[in-house]
Amino acid sequence: MLAYILRRVAASVLILVLSSMLVFVMVANSGDPLATLRLNPHTPASTYAARRALLHLNDPIPQRYWIWISNAVHGNFGSTIQGQPVAPQLWSHLFVTFQMVIIATIVAIVVAITVGVLSAIRRGRAFDSAATVTNFLFISIPVFVLGLILKEFVAIPINNAVGRTVLYTIGQESPNLTGGFVQRLPNYAGHFVLPVLTLILVSYPSWAIYQRSSMLEVLDSDYVRLARAKGLRPRRVLIRHTLRNALIPVTTVIALDFAAILGGAILVESVFSWQGVGVWFLAGVSNLDFNVVQAYLLVTAFFVVAFNLLADILYGVLDPRIRYG
Amino acid sequence: MAERPAGGGTGAPVRGRGARSGASVAAGRRLRRSRLPVAGGETHPLGDEHGMAGDARRQWQIVLGRFVRQPRAMISLGVFAVLGIGSVVAGFAWHYNYLTLTDQIATFTSGGPTWQHPFGVDPIGHDVFAQVMQGTKEDIQVALLVAAVTTLIGTTIGALAGYFRGWVDPILMRFTDFILAVPLLAVLAVLANLASKQSGSWFWVAMIIGFLAWTYVARLVRADFLSLRERDFVEAARAIGASNRRIIVRHLLPNAIGPIIVNATLTVANAIILESTLSFLGLGIQPPNISLGTLVASGEGDATTFWWLFVFPAAFIIVLILCINFIGDGLREAFDPRRSRVRA
Amino acid sequence: MTTEPLLVFDHLEVDFATSGGVVHAVRGVDLTLSAGEVLGIVGESGSGKSVTAMAAMGLLPRSARTRGSVRFRGGELLGRKEKQLMGVRGKGISMIFQDPMTSLNPVYSVGWQIAEAVRAHQDVSKEAAAAAAVELLRRVGIPNPEERAASYPHEFSGGMRQRVVIAIAIANDPEVILADEPTTALDVTVQAQVLESLKTALTETHAALLLITHDLGVIAGLADRVLVMYAGRPVEVGTVDEIFYEPAMPYTLGLLGSIPRVDTDGTERLRPIPGSPPSMVGTGPGCPFAPRCPLRAPVCDEQEPPLVALGSARDGAAGVHAAACHFAEEVLVRTTPLFAATSADLEPPDAIGGEPVGGAAATPVDGASGTGAPDPGGAR
Repeated sequence: MLAYILRRVAASVLILVLSSMLVFVMVANSGDPLATLRLNPHTPASTYAARRALLHLNDPIPQRYWIWISNAVHGNFGSTIQGQPVAPQLWSHLFVTFQMVIIATIVAIVVAITVGVLSAIRRGRAFDSAATVTNFLFISIPVFVLGLILKEFVAIPINNAVGRTVLYTIGQESPNLTGGFVQRLPNYAGHFVLPVLTLILVSYPSWAIYQRSSMLEVLDSDYVRLARAKGLRPRRVLIRHTLRNALIPVTTVIALDFAAILGGAILVESVFSWQGVGVWFLAGVSNLDFNVVQAYLLVTAFFVVAFNLLADILYGVLDPRIRYG
Repeated sequence: MAERPAGGGTGAPVRGRGARSGASVAAGRRLRRSRLPVAGGETHPLGDEHGMAGDARRQWQIVLGRFVRQPRAMISLGVFAVLGIGSVVAGFAWHYNYLTLTDQIATFTSGGPTWQHPFGVDPIGHDVFAQVMQGTKEDIQVALLVAAVTTLIGTTIGALAGYFRGWVDPILMRFTDFILAVPLLAVLAVLANLASKQSGSWFWVAMIIGFLAWTYVARLVRADFLSLRERDFVEAARAIGASNRRIIVRHLLPNAIGPIIVNATLTVANAIILESTLSFLGLGIQPPNISLGTLVASGEGDATTFWWLFVFPAAFIIVLILCINFIGDGLREAFDPRRSRVRA
Repeated sequence: MTTEPLLVFDHLEVDFATSGGVVHAVRGVDLTLSAGEVLGIVGESGSGKSVTAMAAMGLLPRSARTRGSVRFRGGELLGRKEKQLMGVRGKGISMIFQDPMTSLNPVYSVGWQIAEAVRAHQDVSKEAAAAAAVELLRRVGIPNPEERAASYPHEFSGGMRQRVVIAIAIANDPEVILADEPTTALDVTVQAQVLESLKTALTETHAALLLITHDLGVIAGLADRVLVMYAGRPVEVGTVDEIFYEPAMPYTLGLLGSIPRVDTDGTERLRPIPGSPPSMVGTGPGCPFAPRCPLRAPVCDEQEPPLVALGSARDGAAGVHAAACHFAEEVLVRTTPLFAATSADLEPPDAIGGEPVGGAAATPVDGASGTGAPDPGGAR
């Protein structure tokens, strides 16, 4: 088991390193870092030269990569084009994003598994049909469309009906918020509801579909039949045999989908004007602010790889057949 | 008794009933096409009461038969065809072009659809119906191209990795893994920005998406090939001296084709989502080119007051994707129907 | 001395609702099983034999509809809820399934799974159950049971896994064991070992055995009485000697004639039954075997022959010799072969299609290995 884990960790590190190289090369070639300078025709040559030196543009790419990655490992992601250090911005924005992402992911997992398992057990009946329709509906709505629908056609009517702003659509908290954490909580909650709900609604359906088919397969299996034939109590069969096996495949799927969740978070932040790492990244792309872009890509690659690793290990823990493969 | 030997209990006549157990469907098809006596169409001494006089059907006929029996999938196929063909026809037939500025500002301020402009007019005076039609056409184009590219690359890589294994497999799979390691959207944001600023056309956006989105197909095909290559018919083919290429193309691919096609369909849906997302963010397809995403972006701000600018493009996106998802699900069911197995 | 039979099937009928129509898988099975006896049920794939056993345990799929009665020790089993069947399953009646590769839960060790069976019906501690599991492994012939109890199913070969399944089945000393094609998915040599385990299990638990198979060789080795099923109903019942030496139904004759014999000089040809079993959706008014029967007469197409006791009924230990054929008495006394032999020019082997009829040794290619891959004996 330990050997299995170590192998997976080593592979993950390798993948992360390779990804970082790919990211660097891609970003470095995606535009002209001096473009903003060129907008001003009066910029003196010395400024160009100075900026060139600062950004190491005269060095060959491998050397630039090495400079960047060795700094990055120490937490130094360079400076933005305005000269601010990237790292503090990265971490503060990341904190905002992760609040949304973590809550949404946990709730989505719970909902997905519940819906999937119930759909399988009550196969063909009302719950299953209703769940299937909603699943298909929600995977067919792009994140931004759903966010906009919730923002414009759910928040405003509800707020009007209640008489005051309950569901906030801008930002993650109101400006000039005072009071202790507990007093601020309702305000936070009001700002969280719609963005988190959007992420949940786009994430859970594909997992629920997957869980349902995994559950159906297990329900039909020979070993569940044998468990029943042993005379075990139905609840024990359900939990120890059916669920225990049916939950395995979905763990890897969820972990692999984490990258998609991060992508979805970019859009949710965009629609609801959250100061998260997604909009920060988008601004960086727009402004050709390479250090920002690279920092984002590296950090997200890290989290994606870490989650994949977690999923692989979890899979090995749950399914003995994998451990020795 | 007929002059033909009574045959073993598992003799020629049984083939007419359709192969089920034991060796592969592919081997079954080959034998049926051979010159051995086949029950299809001929009168057999044991006749109809035994269900003996059936025609051998080919795989695609069976799958197609199952597909058309699903109302949801067929309706979706119809709607999708209407939208697709309609959007192309509208480009020629509709009396407004998506670029023309109609002198209809008044229509805009009066709010919403009119007989002349069934989807209304945008603030500058474009006819929204023409815009939506154009956007639909662009999206479908992009999506189909993406699906084609993804399927081609993914299937090739997955097939090679799954069939040859050895050292080819880990290398290809690690390559796949590290493409997956970064959120697709982020990478696309960077690359599409580059591409669109240079050309702004749908073609390059589609190619970029395609070159990055093939990983799921590759994994799928690889997994399929890994299990298929262990089957007896592969060994049999090798024993006759079939080349690797022949085995892959003529034996393994037809058996793996089901999930590949289903996945390709779902890729079309995902591509539409991706493309509209990129356009919404201002990347990907840029004005003056139109896609449903750009339309939603411009309609975003005043979605309640000038609802027609948002609702129609958004509705079209949703309907398009929903139809494709239903078609994909129908295909999945057609290739691999779920029935509770009864063993007598 | 006659004792009350343990297990009684009284005109059991099972239908399945499918998209192609209603399938009448079982069309009236009457049988009894008394303590300590071995009853073999023989039939082709599709004859309804597995469904019969599943019905007794309440393990049919949801699309199944049952009629009639199945009683264990007088208590009705059909139509009961899961909670009510809990007490009987694994304790009064145990079941062994066909495919050992998929019968065991892959995520638990075999010792754990056997211990679970023990604790389902006996109030013992975990340690005691674990010890019992080791003992059971020993009884079914698994070497090194103390170590192997902690192993997972995928580390065992098919034959070993089937022995684990047998261990689970006998864990609580059941009175009846239902074995649904226990050796079909295994190689011939492994089959012998598993049958040995089964025999040991029987002698130790004194359980009655309902052995379902299409392999007449297995029947010959184990059974006291035999019931031959065709198209969902019994077509002949009798002691094993009666069935083998005095068959009274053409189908039985056909089964026997299609087995290759090692005690002949090897120049005799096989005499297989032509055709295939009928579709179970629409059976006409006549005998379902008529289309394949050399003795077919008009009456065979009009009236399905009931299962009747034969005239000079030499009583077996537990009942009469009965057959479902209009010409049973003639078949009984016939001395010449009934079916035509295969001709000289053989057809190429057909690896697709129905199961072999008769002994597994007749068609080794698509017989035993039809459902499970031949197991090299390594951990798979």
